[in-house]
Amino acid sequence: MPDEIVATELLTCSYREGRVLEDVSFQVKRGDYVGIVGPNGSGKSTLIKALLGLVTVGKGSAALFGTPLSAFRDWHRVGYLPQSLHLVNPVFPATVHETVSLGLLSLKRFPKRLNRADKDKINTILDELGILDLELKLIGELSGGQLQRVLLARAIVNDPELLVLDEPTAALDPETRGRFYAMIADINRSRGVTVLLVTHDSGAIGEHASKMLYLDKKILFYGSFDEFCCSPEMSSMFGEHSQHLMCHRH
Amino acid sequence: MNLLEILSYGFIQRALLAGTLIALLCSVLGVFLVLRRLSLIGDGLAHVTFGSTAIALALKFYSVMSLLVTMPIVLLASLGILKLTEKGRLSGDAAIGLVSALGISAGIILASVGGGYNVDLLSFLFGNILSIRSEEVVIAALLCLGVMLMLTLYYHELFAISFSDELAKVSGIRTSFINSILVLLTALSVVLAMKLVGIMLISSLLIVPAAAALQLARGFKACILLAALQGCSSVIIGIIISIMSNLPASASIVMVNLLFFAAACLIRRIKYPKYCN
Repeated sequence: MPDEIVATELLTCSYREGRVLEDVSFQVKRGDYVGIVGPNGSGKSTLIKALLGLVTVGKGSAALFGTPLSAFRDWHRVGYLPQSLHLVNPVFPATVHETVSLGLLSLKRFPKRLNRADKDKINTILDELGILDLELKLIGELSGGQLQRVLLARAIVNDPELLVLDEPTAALDPETRGRFYAMIADINRSRGVTVLLVTHDSGAIGEHASKMLYLDKKILFYGSFDEFCCSPEMSSMFGEHSQHLMCHRH
Repeated sequence: MNLLEILSYGFIQRALLAGTLIALLCSVLGVFLVLRRLSLIGDGLAHVTFGSTAIALALKFYSVMSLLVTMPIVLLASLGILKLTEKGRLSGDAAIGLVSALGISAGIILASVGGGYNVDLLSFLFGNILSIRSEEVVIAALLCLGVMLMLTLYYHELFAISFSDELAKVSGIRTSFINSILVLLTALSVVLAMKLVGIMLISSLLIVPAAAALQLARGFKACILLAALQGCSSVIIGIIISIMSNLPASASIVMVNLLFFAAACLIRRIKYPKYCN
């Protein structure tokens, strides 16, 4: 099994407004938990979308599990959790169980059918995330925290090797946010799932992530959280006080 | 005239059978279209059907034979709407408006060149389900079978793209292909439904049962079943009311549909007051 889960080489993406990503090169190894941070408009979400084939890459290349993105078909190895509020139509009539079942489609061939074992699998994951009692609720009836767990269950029900999360805690209160990061850390440790997580919250993610990637169109820093906190480049960019606040656990 | 007497007439049996099949198709497809914010595609494609019917009549293709002209044109128009949305930097409603304008203006010009509106063309404006012929019932049944088969085969993919295009793509679903299937099936159903309610009221067959089902359904499958049940009941009740009260069938069907929608909203308000604000 290749150890390199994600690899990009001089990746460049542009929108009409101009360049969003410029010569981004990095690798993510199996078992890493990478927190992607950076200011608004720094290209964090675009980087994630480029890695998932959701936006067109202008220049450079990206590969998942050693396969160039254009040839990549093993989507069952990837779980994706976007910003939930942006995603969910509040009147969509799906139950929690039906929503989580969507995560199993990448494992199925045409014509896609769910069987008894799939239903048991959905119940197991709902139970693990403590939301089995919500199984028959409609997604429009859930709180922000509950919805986030349901979408996380959808993303991991297919036992992915790579979990990609795009600002998953943007709509959550600080307490729920902390619990959510801890849950992701647990998935990373106990299941050995490689995690890529985009967030604004560099302090909180530092508690859990094994690596930090600081992006502002280009990669300005990529390394461990301890290195991030001691990095003179980061000190000169943020000022020592701000860097200390971000690294408040130290 | 009592109900049994009404049901003994061949033309009413044909109307009820064809109407139920068409309503089944439209209401099931309507759930996907409403959730994908493509509700008005029925209107747009109906206008194109009007234009293509004018072409068929100008070429002397009448009745069932007119389908040979209208079907391919409407199918192409449905794909055109999709391409305009995907590549033309247009929102779905603008793309539908554009194709709709083209369809209706082409129809008017051709009708005018061909010596004005004739009865055949006007019947497409308001529909005439009671004049449906046996061969049209057979075509409706065959197409209904084909469309329902496709919907069953692609149910999970259609559910996934209705929930989120982005998530569907990351699940390895070819979203452009599934979107094409959805609009092509809609185009087929619209051409059939023209005879039932006409272009003026066609979108109500697609939108109203889905909108009512969304008020009450406790799940996606339940939503589809409720929409289908409402669509079929509205056609049956609407046709019977129209005969007993000597009212136009198409408008009666739509009014019954709207009454069902109002009842669904009321039930929701009483049953789930917490989620009504």
